[in-house]
Amino acid sequence: MAGNLSPDKQRQMLRQMLTIRRFEERASNDYHAGKIYGVVHCYIGEEAVAVGVCSALEPTDRIISTHRGHGHCIAKGADLNRMMAELYGRQAGYCKGKGGSMHIADFGIGMLGANGIVAGGIAIVTGAGLAAQMEGKGGVAVSFFGDGASNAGPFHECLNIAAAWKLPMLYVCENNGWAAQTAAVATHAMSDVAGRAAGYGIPGVVVDGNDIFAVHQAASRAVARARAGEGPTLIECKTYRQRAHTERKGQPDPRDQAEVEAWLQKDPLTLLERKLKAQGDLDDAGWQAMEREVMAALERAVAFAEASPFPTPEQATDDVFAA
Amino acid sequence: MRELTYNEAALEAVAEEMRQDTKIFYMSTDPIPPLLKEFGDKRIRATPIAEGALTGMAIGAAGSGFRPIVDWRQVTFAFVAMDQIVNQASKIHYMFGGQRSFPIVYRANVGGGTRLAAQHCQCPYSMFMNLAGLKLFLPSTPYDMKGLLKSAIRDNNPVISFESNRLLARKGPVPEEEYTIPLGLADVKRAGSDVTVVALAWLVHEALAAAEALAAEGISVEVVDPRTLVPLDKETIRRSVQKTGRLVIADEAGPTAGFSAEVAAVVTEDDATFAALKSPVRRVCALQVPIPYSPGLEDHVFPDRKRITDGIRAVLKGPKPAAAA
Ligand SMILES: Cc1ncc(C[n+]2csc(CCOP(=O)(O)OP(=O)(O)O)c2C)c(N)n1
Repeated sequence: MAGNLSPDKQRQMLRQMLTIRRFEERASNDYHAGKIYGVVHCYIGEEAVAVGVCSALEPTDRIISTHRGHGHCIAKGADLNRMMAELYGRQAGYCKGKGGSMHIADFGIGMLGANGIVAGGIAIVTGAGLAAQMEGKGGVAVSFFGDGASNAGPFHECLNIAAAWKLPMLYVCENNGWAAQTAAVATHAMSDVAGRAAGYGIPGVVVDGNDIFAVHQAASRAVARARAGEGPTLIECKTYRQRAHTERKGQPDPRDQAEVEAWLQKDPLTLLERKLKAQGDLDDAGWQAMEREVMAALERAVAFAEASPFPTPEQATDDVFAA
Repeated sequence: MRELTYNEAALEAVAEEMRQDTKIFYMSTDPIPPLLKEFGDKRIRATPIAEGALTGMAIGAAGSGFRPIVDWRQVTFAFVAMDQIVNQASKIHYMFGGQRSFPIVYRANVGGGTRLAAQHCQCPYSMFMNLAGLKLFLPSTPYDMKGLLKSAIRDNNPVISFESNRLLARKGPVPEEEYTIPLGLADVKRAGSDVTVVALAWLVHEALAAAEALAAEGISVEVVDPRTLVPLDKETIRRSVQKTGRLVIADEAGPTAGFSAEVAAVVTEDDATFAALKSPVRRVCALQVPIPYSPGLEDHVFPDRKRITDGIRAVLKGPKPAAAA
């Protein structure tokens, strides 16, 4: 299952998933404490997708995210300090406090941004795929998006262009079964988004999005195909968001409790932890140490955020135009 | 009188009209629970996230005898439907020689104060004012919301109901009895004699607060709420400015080519109103920037009662003497 991933790499993947989990818990907590504003969409339950895919990439490859973007940032290697500072609305944040939770980007690591518009990133990252093709260095680009976004025009338009031009792209659909309060079954005629790949003449694969090794393997194949100049792949990861659509209090969550419970039994983080322990690649002491280190890193991130000043009013007019 | 929130008043308008006319149906990416409960999923449709398609489908359904309401939710999401709005909905009646009418209501929340950053905090109504063929309104109270939305649903044109994010939970009196408010009619929210403030939505309330405070100093401020952006009630605005001789325009949008610019032109291009002006017109608008996330930044970008007060004081001072050449 873990293929040829070294134990170190597997533990690294576990650590990233754990970091995302704890980051989201902290973000939720601090949002309710009034330290983070606006809205927070948690990635809890879907961590295996971001980490499984990003662990198959090179640092120079580029990705784009969604409104539920913290996990993709962390999986691509973003700095927790600057992420937390952005959520806290501070000067030292990735976007100098101008973006917040829905808009974290780190172009330096190939993370082209979270996005408040459903399907808003798909064309942008397809442009990064075009750039990679024109650069001719074997780079790839990855679009993360939800089942909801797969019904929007840019998904279809971009799959067609990427297929026709053989762009080095991965289209990774995080099918968590719901778009806000609307069930995917109510808006999709086919149960598998991956089936749509056939209409564009590209491979479409369905994977268990809570099984990080399955995700990693599918992503690795698609990356190899893209680097070889054979074009894009659509990967559908079946997963679940364990929390409501956003952290806002009092929003409706029409999901069946039994459905939520069933998915909690398939928690991707617990699955990987158990697997590593069963393989003999992780013991209790190692797991506890990992927990402590992750929590310490988060505490440092919060301290960093709190130490950074809020932007000054004059900074509101900075950066409207490039120099 | 009983009180409803702005949001409840809008829902009541929709529900009342839907009870009276079975041709009305409603589309949005997430259905509104009480409407779904009352009217069922054929008339209250949960749609895929495909605003371009919904916006266009409403045009086709309207041209085929239905009266669709499309809830874009945030105006932000309407931008993926710009072709259908700009090239199709606004032009179709005129371009095809008036063969069919297209009774559609598009609902869209606008405005800031939500800490949701640049993509989710926008006041782009002047972009739509620039089109011919769409009616637009933006109410400031639950009473106006209900009355205008009912008129919009009965109107035989595409109408955009802009609804202020900041006012959704704000309460106000709404009578139980049936009433409508015609599109194109401004409302003088406070009568005064020294300065006219033309304001929209949340800034109506900020202007009223400023007016109340200034009254203690003996300054009499008239607050005019246009309510409808297209057609704009130019007469009420001009009449007020002819009376006061001074005008401040308060808008949550930026100034450039905005609603505020239109009002300034309406006043200054009219001979009688121009002649009555005692001071240059002042605009109190948002800074011309995308809306930033951090609370201090966001609050700095938007106008408020303090800036309106400053604007009023400035027009009371009259024109600055022109600098010698
Ligand atoms: C164009 C557009 N329409 C509507 C919305 C409001 N909205 C935000 S998230 C969301 C649901 C997205 O579902 P999905 O793509 O499956 O992603 P998930 O939230 O499940 O991760 C909706 C409707 C939006 N942000 N953009």
